[in-house]
Amino acid sequence: MNDATRYRDRLPGGRHWSFLARVGTTLELTDIEGGGNVGMLLYNPANPLERLNLPDTLKCQHTFKLTAGHCLYSDMGRIFCSITADSVGWHDASSGTCNAGIVAGKWSTRDYQEARNDYHRNGRDCFLIELGKYGLGRRDMAANMNWFSRVDVTEDGDMALAEGHSPPGASLTLRFEMDTLVLMHTCPHPLDASPEYPRKPIEYAVGVAPPVAEDDPCRLSREENGRGFLNNALYLLGTGAEDLRESS
Amino acid sequence: MMRESNRSVEDAYRVEVVGAGGYWMEEVRAGERFRITDLKGNQAVDTLFFNADRPHERYSAFDTVREQRNLYLTVGTTLVSDEGNPMLDIVADTCGRHDTLGGACAGESNTVRYALEKKTMHSCRDSWLLAVNTHTNWGLTKRDLTHNINFFMNVPVTPAGGLTFEDGISAPGKYVELRARMNVLVLISNCPQLNNPCNGYNPTPIELATWSR
Repeated sequence: MNDATRYRDRLPGGRHWSFLARVGTTLELTDIEGGGNVGMLLYNPANPLERLNLPDTLKCQHTFKLTAGHCLYSDMGRIFCSITADSVGWHDASSGTCNAGIVAGKWSTRDYQEARNDYHRNGRDCFLIELGKYGLGRRDMAANMNWFSRVDVTEDGDMALAEGHSPPGASLTLRFEMDTLVLMHTCPHPLDASPEYPRKPIEYAVGVAPPVAEDDPCRLSREENGRGFLNNALYLLGTGAEDLRESS
Repeated sequence: MMRESNRSVEDAYRVEVVGAGGYWMEEVRAGERFRITDLKGNQAVDTLFFNADRPHERYSAFDTVREQRNLYLTVGTTLVSDEGNPMLDIVADTCGRHDTLGGACAGESNTVRYALEKKTMHSCRDSWLLAVNTHTNWGLTKRDLTHNINFFMNVPVTPAGGLTFEDGISAPGKYVELRARMNVLVLISNCPQLNNPCNGYNPTPIELATWSR
């Protein structure tokens, strides 16, 4: 946590939450115990039809993994956020999230009556609950990020979750380049083969970013990202949103 | 995996040719077989599937690859819905590999990938939006347009986590054939992309054939 941090909280494992991230703010996620997973979806609060598009994100940066220097794109060619710091080096963008069937099959059903708030939540239901808070639903779902998880792929396309990928204290920082609705959960990665339902807490801290420099590494990491930032500049002109970084 | 079909197009009850930049939005009933033929080679066929009886249930790219633990689609792949239900099986394939990671082209993503001036070029998303806003009886909107299959497209992942867009592995006459396991609505954009080497900068027609069983 640095001087620019304005808010800090923790999500226990297997829970969900959402909040509005304003342009010019940062979100730092920390995998406190290691082995965590954060499922995340992003929407434009002014027009939720604009949502995280991981296929566009991967293909425009010619990457399968996401790490520092990459940007997360909406389906409208705009950057929701840039990854400005990452101690892990590889985050999964291609496995979706666990659903009730996956959780029941791996770790059995543990319901609220029996387990109170330690019941076995699944990522899809968590997203549906958070989407519902904003009048959104299943039709608005998209492929989600799985922060702190790595999925390796063989030449033939076989996928496998890397074990022990994220050490205790691993962290990454997202810098928001436009106002963004952030939905997140701490349910297990859908390929997690742990014998017990994993319950890994995550710390999240919201801060204020310095202005995006002309030589910002995310802007320069690929020519494509330079054009993505131009698309954001046009959008911010249109919304009249004050960029906190310009006024600080 | 390569596997030929023993069906002939002459026996199909519906055969249509769709040019590049066009769309095709039709129902295929449970038990029917549906074939997409790449008539001239190296074409990309951007395809979405919906449950024809409850169209808010739809094909889910990332549930499909995760459930089969493999990124590429071919014979043996079951296409899975967002509810985890089997929608179609790939039963024949003379191309051998199809992509579902790369998504579809849109004017907006063209600005990022190629140049700002490419924003007004025709795109798969334009075709899909025109389709759903023309055939409004299905009740679909932009909300329902999600991550698709790119039949005949080759997008290999490297062990280091890179993504490459390779020359197509398809060729004239290559086809993929699917058997529906529920009544499905098929929404195809025959990709008009002029900026990507994967189709040799030359988008071409496809043939769509359906057999009653």
